[in-house]
Amino acid sequence: MKIAQKLLNSVRPHFKTGGRLEKLHPAFDALETFLFVPGHTTSHGVHVRDAVDLKRTMFTVIIALVPTMLFGMWNVGYQHHLAYGMEAPLMDNFLFGFWKTLPIIIVSYAVGLGVEFIFAIVRNHQVSEGYLVTGLLIPLTMPVTIPLWMVALAAIFCTVLGKEIFGGTGMNFMNPALLARAFLFFAFPAYMSGDIWTDLSPEAGHALVDAYSGATNLVTFDANFAKLPSASDMFWGFEQGSLGETSAFACLIGALILIITGIGSWQIIFSCFAGALLMGLLLNGLAPADIPTHAMHTPAYYHWLMGGFAFGAVYMATDPVSAAQTEKGKWIYGLLIGAFTVVLRVFNPAYPEGVMLSILLMNVFAPLIDHLVVQQHIKNRRKRA
Amino acid sequence: MGKTITIRKGYDIKIKSPAEKKITELPFSDIIALKPHNFPTVIPKVVVEVGQEVEAGQALFYDKNNPKIRLPSPVSGEVVGVVRGDKRRILEIRIIPDLETKYVAFTTIDPHEVSRETIVERLLESGCWSYIRQRPYSLIANPDDIPKAIFVSCFDTSPLAPDLGFIIEQERANFQKGLAVLEKLANGHLHISLHAEVGERLSESDFSGISNDKFHHFKGPHPAGNVGIQIHHIAPIQKGEIIWYVHPQDVIIIGRLFTEGRYRADRVIALTGSCVAQPQYFRVMTGQKLRSITNNRLSNSHCRLIQGNILTGKKTTETDFLSFYENQLTAIPEGDQPEFLGWLLPGLNKLSLSRTFFSWLTPNRSYNLNTNNNGEERAFVMTGQYDKVLPMNIYPVHLLKAILAKDIERMEELGIYEVSEEDFALCEFVCTSKIEVQRIIAEGLEYIRREG
Repeated sequence: MKIAQKLLNSVRPHFKTGGRLEKLHPAFDALETFLFVPGHTTSHGVHVRDAVDLKRTMFTVIIALVPTMLFGMWNVGYQHHLAYGMEAPLMDNFLFGFWKTLPIIIVSYAVGLGVEFIFAIVRNHQVSEGYLVTGLLIPLTMPVTIPLWMVALAAIFCTVLGKEIFGGTGMNFMNPALLARAFLFFAFPAYMSGDIWTDLSPEAGHALVDAYSGATNLVTFDANFAKLPSASDMFWGFEQGSLGETSAFACLIGALILIITGIGSWQIIFSCFAGALLMGLLLNGLAPADIPTHAMHTPAYYHWLMGGFAFGAVYMATDPVSAAQTEKGKWIYGLLIGAFTVVLRVFNPAYPEGVMLSILLMNVFAPLIDHLVVQQHIKNRRKRA
Repeated sequence: MGKTITIRKGYDIKIKSPAEKKITELPFSDIIALKPHNFPTVIPKVVVEVGQEVEAGQALFYDKNNPKIRLPSPVSGEVVGVVRGDKRRILEIRIIPDLETKYVAFTTIDPHEVSRETIVERLLESGCWSYIRQRPYSLIANPDDIPKAIFVSCFDTSPLAPDLGFIIEQERANFQKGLAVLEKLANGHLHISLHAEVGERLSESDFSGISNDKFHHFKGPHPAGNVGIQIHHIAPIQKGEIIWYVHPQDVIIIGRLFTEGRYRADRVIALTGSCVAQPQYFRVMTGQKLRSITNNRLSNSHCRLIQGNILTGKKTTETDFLSFYENQLTAIPEGDQPEFLGWLLPGLNKLSLSRTFFSWLTPNRSYNLNTNNNGEERAFVMTGQYDKVLPMNIYPVHLLKAILAKDIERMEELGIYEVSEEDFALCEFVCTSKIEVQRIIAEGLEYIRREG
């Protein structure tokens, strides 16, 4: 670390006011604060500060994402070999998935951070840490076969139009990672749905298994929910889907990490799951009895396990900036997300996955929910007189 | 019996080290000074000249906005200097104290036997009125107002705060006399807050002459000891209402005025913090030079000296003088060394309200906290943090945003009249985005005081 300190010290004068690289100061500052917690002391106000800062917060979310990422990498290999009827050991599956996934992660971070650095330099403010998490969330919501240039476009779109034009981290009103996915979904639909979930790069001497189907369980349940994989398979994640979303179990571990550390709002996670369950039960009640395979009959708890619901509820809905910000508002927000997800899934065959759109819709409504909660609070305060 | 209130929200910062309960008397420092900027919004008009001899209790300056408010000299001696700063602003009025103090003489009065007007007059004459402050705005109270109530908080939950029960014990009779004065001033609406835990020194039986329903018991973490929080739970302030409050140490000084007939301004303060070799209490004079207190008692040269506690105190140096209202000095190490990859490491020695560092696995220990900012300032990102440590029926972030937007109506609706900076100090401590919350509150209060 002394070497790092010496290197930084020797280069610093060029970036200070008057140096020849003065304009690039935000980039130098970002690197320096990445390597070192700065030695700035408190000046006004409190003299001692809590040790947690945004970098630590983002780092904790990344730790919480690691189980989904590791499982996703393994699952890519598993699904690939399954499609060709091959048996492969754990490490082979994992490494196969690792090498397929790594380029997507690298492109996402490189392009996204590049955009952030450019904005920081042009506007002369510090690079903020928001992209540390978004950069990992974006790959985890992509199918493994996504072309890298599309990932780059999505990263640029969500960073520029989702965050920077509003003023950067803390000022956006929609979840940037979901915006990236939504952008690709509407701009390149053929690459985001259909037979794109499993990597089908050819294996010498093997042909695709006859029973192979590219449909994820979300498409299946629309037609006939009895044909879904077992609940246990869906819970552990042995199914096709985006890189991070298949294993509800991995998302559960992530949820525990976020709740125990106090970073993720347990109210939002809990109310999302509750909302989905309640709407599922309601639809079960209203389902037409004469069509036993109608999607409305899907057991309510299946919605927790299918598709990206668990992933969205744990990592996307809990983004503090775009979610409701009052405590009461968070319950309403989560319940509505869960309920809308089920409604979109069951009634709209055009959008098999409802979670992404449901969260984005609720992001737009969150300020209204907060406004109503605050108005209620103000009325309460007046009555206290 | 008044109310028993349990405060659930808040946080006790576990910092080393509190003061040992022994009091050392210190002689006067070579210079004693009174600082007009200890009294926000007071525009000082100095009434003494350099070279003039003054007595303890004689006015050194008065407030141009309200000439009845006089600020008294704590000692007798010769005025040796009026130190001015930018734009001829008066920074200090310096006095060389006599070895034997000469006091301005007042007749002793029994507060029960005289009218309220007499008490107000006596307090104004002696300069002791300046110990009575008001909420909102935390300024010296206006003697023409009739307050809704007067509050005295007999316990301080701030980090390393002095044990007020220990201090009151030293002069119990004067404290009771002071309370009697305040009861008269409040027309009976006096509220005294005590800590509810078993084993605390004070209970109602220590206060003869004050009826039981004026005592309230509070339980819970900081900021339960803040008078603003207590006011919020017992008699919340509406727009237009005024509440006065007095610190127990100042109640004792008021009591002395009525018992001894003179303004005697010595106070017991605590010298605390991990940079102090032996934290303890000292009996010193208001306006004492700090070096005479910290002299050779600091174990670390690279430390920050604070007048007050680590949440609300002001940074200072040894050449400064003890501020008028202060009861504590804290010395903690400066944390100006960068830490390699600090935000990645497990951090067993870092204190955090969140559980993102592994230090939460060992909850019952004290930390050697330093002044490192622990991150850079960012926009509001995390939500729900401030609410965990603010035990008031107020939405803190919405109030702060209303202040930043200078929306007066919104500020009033959200409760600006009920708050003061010290109540939000814990919010500033836990803030992940390192926002200067207390500064925003102070600016909001100043804005609404002038425009509202």
